[in-house]
Amino acid sequence: MSSVMANNKSTNKAANPTTQKKGFSIALKIDLKTWGPFVALLALALLGVLINPAFLGLDNLSNMLTRSAFIGIIAIGATFVITAGGLDLSVGAMAAFIAGVMIILMNSLVEQFGAGVTTVLLGVGASLLLGLCAGFINGMVTTKGKIEAFIVTLGTMGIYRSLVTYLADGGTLTLDWAVRDIYRPVYYGSFLGITIPVWVFLAVAIIGYILLNYTRFGRYCFAIGSNEKVAEYSAIHVDRIKTMTYMLQGVCVALATIIYVPRLGSASGATGVLWELEAIAAVIIGGTMLKGGHGRIWGTVVGAIMLTMIGNILNLTDAISNYLNGTVQGIIIIVAVYLQRASWRKAAP
Amino acid sequence: MLLSARQICRSFGENQVLFDIDLDLQAGEVHALLGENGAGKSTLVKILAGYLRPTSGEVSVDGQHQHYRSSGEAEADGIVMIHQELALAEQLSVEENIFLGRELRRGLLLDRRTMRERSKEVLAELETDVDPRARVKDLSTSDQQMVEIAKAITRDVRVLIMDEPTATLTENEVSVLFALIGRLRQRGVAVLYISHKLREIEQIADHVTVLRDGHLVDSGPMAGRRKEELARLMVGREITEMYPPRTDIPTDAPVVLEARDMVVPGAVKQASFTLRRGEVLGFGGVVGAGRTALLEAVLGLRGKSAGQVLRNGQPVVLKNLRDAVHQRIAYLTEDRKGKGLVLNMDLRSNVTLLNLRAHCHPLIDRRLEEQAFQQAIQRFDIRLRTATRTAAELSGGNQQKLLLAKVMSIDPEIVIINEPTRGIDVGTKHQIYHFIRELTEAGCSVILISSEMGELIGLSHRVAVMCAGVLTGVLEGEQINEHEIMQYASGIKGVGVDEQRYG
Repeated sequence: MSSVMANNKSTNKAANPTTQKKGFSIALKIDLKTWGPFVALLALALLGVLINPAFLGLDNLSNMLTRSAFIGIIAIGATFVITAGGLDLSVGAMAAFIAGVMIILMNSLVEQFGAGVTTVLLGVGASLLLGLCAGFINGMVTTKGKIEAFIVTLGTMGIYRSLVTYLADGGTLTLDWAVRDIYRPVYYGSFLGITIPVWVFLAVAIIGYILLNYTRFGRYCFAIGSNEKVAEYSAIHVDRIKTMTYMLQGVCVALATIIYVPRLGSASGATGVLWELEAIAAVIIGGTMLKGGHGRIWGTVVGAIMLTMIGNILNLTDAISNYLNGTVQGIIIIVAVYLQRASWRKAAP
Repeated sequence: MLLSARQICRSFGENQVLFDIDLDLQAGEVHALLGENGAGKSTLVKILAGYLRPTSGEVSVDGQHQHYRSSGEAEADGIVMIHQELALAEQLSVEENIFLGRELRRGLLLDRRTMRERSKEVLAELETDVDPRARVKDLSTSDQQMVEIAKAITRDVRVLIMDEPTATLTENEVSVLFALIGRLRQRGVAVLYISHKLREIEQIADHVTVLRDGHLVDSGPMAGRRKEELARLMVGREITEMYPPRTDIPTDAPVVLEARDMVVPGAVKQASFTLRRGEVLGFGGVVGAGRTALLEAVLGLRGKSAGQVLRNGQPVVLKNLRDAVHQRIAYLTEDRKGKGLVLNMDLRSNVTLLNLRAHCHPLIDRRLEEQAFQQAIQRFDIRLRTATRTAAELSGGNQQKLLLAKVMSIDPEIVIINEPTRGIDVGTKHQIYHFIRELTEAGCSVILISSEMGELIGLSHRVAVMCAGVLTGVLEGEQINEHEIMQYASGIKGVGVDEQRYG
């Protein structure tokens, strides 16, 4: 049963030359869209060099990338959630909560296992598990309870934030000194001249890229974010995939927390404040659409680096006060999104 | 002459869809505009109502040339269009919708009381019991249509354009609508009525204009015309040629799918049917009779409160569409834009979405996907005229073929097809009919839900008819004709209707 519908091939062929010509010009446009965030990053870097040549110093670059790793790793998880049409506002509070629990757990394990690698590994494992569970809760309540992700994660954000404050009794939880010494290299150590957090960031980005673009899970995220009904009618387990995006987000938050804790060795109610907004900003700057259906991992990576870079450049110059960091970030987010929308409008027929 | 259009042409890009159309509307007449899907009816009325501008040609109202730049300007002259897809603010109340954009005020504040009273008056005139305070979201489609009409009447309508107003109405509602059109006619309103239901046209039209492929084929008084003649004018050929001859089913053909006593709360009451190998089982009935609900419940897309599904005689539990796919059952939804295709996704990914597993090992193999897509283009004759990237850019007919390619990617044994030819051109219809025949020839079984009587009669071996959630009967052989199907669809004949309705 192959021939009857293909009875008009001549029209197809006759139309082909125009197809290719137009295809070429559109390809150029799309390239600009894809590379837009990279171009912006380069421009920002150039500005940095012009303002202060120290910007290009190896120490400065390494420091900047290391700092962007937290937001970057969280933002890669957020890329999946947002692409599938969801939103997770709880990530910052979740990070603080995980950090708090992790510190308490490791401190109490010192008595049993001593301040050794076992203690650290157990803490790390627990925090991954905790992230997975927290994501699972967000996902289940959103999908099974049929409540908007905004509401659910706003709620869990409040819960985690207050839980960590409660655990710290309003103050700060501090990691045992002996444990801290063992755990330190996870943040401060480096391999082949590149710090561990940057390696983790890179690994998460590569895995995320493959997951989003070359697996069924990723493709289903796009489909669900574009139109949930179509996904359901395409035999996709919509609720399961959506829950999985939140669980992936939870794991990313846990990973970010694992490399964050050895930096300061403490957690409090103020840990991770506004991380959720920075993560979402990084995702959006990278070209992922907030309404879902379109996501880009490398864009997110660039977005996260850009956000840190803005702060870094302001540190290196006296022209603009460091306190205006948020202002500059805000302007750049709005401009980035505006430029993306403008290119959309042109590309549309 | 109230409104007249002269030599209207309209092109979209290189594609001309209207060629030199003349149309005259007189006060107090019902003018029917006929034509197949894609004939250009909607484009023409959008030009008259100011939504689109003609590429060339003139529209004049009361003898004055008009160049409307928006529908608002046309409305100011009393030319109002009621859309096929209703355009109401769902979260607002009925009265708020009726006065939307022209709210009555007392000083700075809204004059709610007067608006409510006027809404009540208008709704009473329409003989509908819609509450002016009800939220539009909570109304049935037919009630929403009444609200649209009420909205038009309060705007001192002189020309009322209705685009397929009865598509979603029950028979009773249709007669209320026709009585209303009669009263509007007496008030001197010109009604331009688009439909391809010829029996309705016979009932109410004074004047009829037929379009085919963007050309005016005929225009003249309705009196003395027969609907067969109009049908021929619309299609341009004898309709019987549209359908390929049916395949013969051996008498001992096994039953491949059976549904027993299916109950879907609020939609289907105890429906049972069987499907044999190589058979086309048609499902007839009016919109809302429960056909889609029944079959989606069989597929696991909707919850059922009772009932059993048997595949090749074995009971199976289908909890979602994935289970149905495992049973080699494919479903072509009637809502290809809302449920069928991911419009902003590229074509290739759309084709492989249902059966993505087959293109993974374990990562997605883009080359394999591209191969599948090229095969789909060939097999289903999908025509890519421009640099088409996303499904949204395809025409309705090509979207339908793309959806067909997607659904067929699982190589099903049973295909459930829901309204396969809604909103697509005659040529594609023809191809789809032949495709269904090919399927049955290859031993597949097809369930065809259709509101087009011709399709049911032309393609089905048996026709199951539903009315108000009850499967009233299954017609075979000589019984499959328009008259019989209508009788079962309206509950005049058949089993169980009375007890279900009044019980």
